[in-house]
Amino acid sequence: MLSTFLAVLRRDLLLAWRGRADVLVTLAFFIIVVCLFPFGVGAEPNQLRAIAPGVLWVAALLACLLSLHRLFAQDYSDGTLEQLLLSSEPAALWVMAKVLAFWLSTGLPVVAVAPAMGLLLDLEQGGLPVLILSLLLGTPILALLGAVGAALTLGLRGGGMLLALLVLPLFVPVLIFGAGAVEAELSGSGAAAHLLLLGGGLAGALALAPVACAAALRISTD
Amino acid sequence: MTNPERGRSLLRFAAPQNFYPLAGRLAPWFAALAVLLTAAGLWLGFFVAPTDATQGQVYRVIFIHVPAAWMSMFIYVVMAFWSAVGLIMNTRLSFVMSQALAPTGAMFCFVALWTGALWGKPTWGAYWVWDARLTSQLLLLFLYFGFIALTRAIEDPRRADRAGAIIALVGAVNVPIIYFSVQWWNTLHQGASVSLTKAPSMATTMLTGMLVMALASWAYTLAVVLWRVRPMILERERHTEWVGAELERAGKLSQTAGGRA
Repeated sequence: MLSTFLAVLRRDLLLAWRGRADVLVTLAFFIIVVCLFPFGVGAEPNQLRAIAPGVLWVAALLACLLSLHRLFAQDYSDGTLEQLLLSSEPAALWVMAKVLAFWLSTGLPVVAVAPAMGLLLDLEQGGLPVLILSLLLGTPILALLGAVGAALTLGLRGGGMLLALLVLPLFVPVLIFGAGAVEAELSGSGAAAHLLLLGGGLAGALALAPVACAAALRISTD
Repeated sequence: MTNPERGRSLLRFAAPQNFYPLAGRLAPWFAALAVLLTAAGLWLGFFVAPTDATQGQVYRVIFIHVPAAWMSMFIYVVMAFWSAVGLIMNTRLSFVMSQALAPTGAMFCFVALWTGALWGKPTWGAYWVWDARLTSQLLLLFLYFGFIALTRAIEDPRRADRAGAIIALVGAVNVPIIYFSVQWWNTLHQGASVSLTKAPSMATTMLTGMLVMALASWAYTLAVVLWRVRPMILERERHTEWVGAELERAGKLSQTAGGRA
């Protein structure tokens, strides 16, 4: 069991490393989206500071959304996915490995860059640790929920927009608690409740999403 | 439904060729019931129920708004139920039911939002407030749109059925989470301090009007869904013998009708 998990994880990470440009594009997208906001709402520092947690979270969410189609598309087109589904290993297991590899290659870089972007928006430095923690807990939930959507829209015309329509409403609670954690920390009421809820959400998503995603993959490749 | 043949199980209506004629027979009755109940409910609501002491005439929008909001949430639950039944028991008709329900659910969702906005303008001074209920209703509408878009985008009906069922179930798991998170978010951002919850006790006629309208929307939903299910069944079963016979019969009927006219 563990060896399958590690083999799929290693393979996907290697593929991500070989195609580094994709990861950089995701990162560049995140940075540019954050940089657009001062142009849109004005560069008044107080205003930027007020919207910074929300802006960073929305940008991270969009970056995750736009890279989701890569999760299964390549394996689907070259037949790897079918072979994986035919194998006797439990599908939820290697789905989990693939989602983990996806998060390590797209989510983690975004989390690493987020504090720097926070400084661009004049986010108070006291909020940065909570921002990182909330993103570390929240972006894996986005990846897990998004994987279900990506599996369902595999190989469809206009799959990208459809994927956005399917998963964005489901992302709302994560956005609320993620951005809320930073705001709560800055307002002095403490981020513990938000972070605990995010952690609970992550545990729930870890338990349910791989199973749903595996079922969806079976339906899509049937 | 309610009238099984003697000695036979209700389950036989799970077969499309048995359900098709049943749906055709029941739909007009529900439609008639919906018309009657709507007329009665609107009459109660607009002419009998007293004017509200604090809100004046504006409150009368609840006779449409509240049943629509109830219905929009209830239909999603029913949709998820049929999806689960379809996935577990592998019955084709269940998927057809859930897909036939979705447009009506989305319509009620939209009606609830629209009438809510019309009520909000004179009462709150704004068409839209980021109130917890409004926001979760809006997200519910997006969930309906996602379901409809996904099932329409997939050409293979087998895949469309199952993919739609999965997203309906994922949505159903998330609806309570969305609702409570939005409520939490709303209490933290309490700027406008509007609350719907302080509704004073209602006059009995108001309540009756609302309940009659709720029953009317039930009847309407049943009628519309049964009507919508019929062509969907025909389309899916078009390769079977009974659909061929049915279409031939319908063709003969329309021919004789045309000859007479």
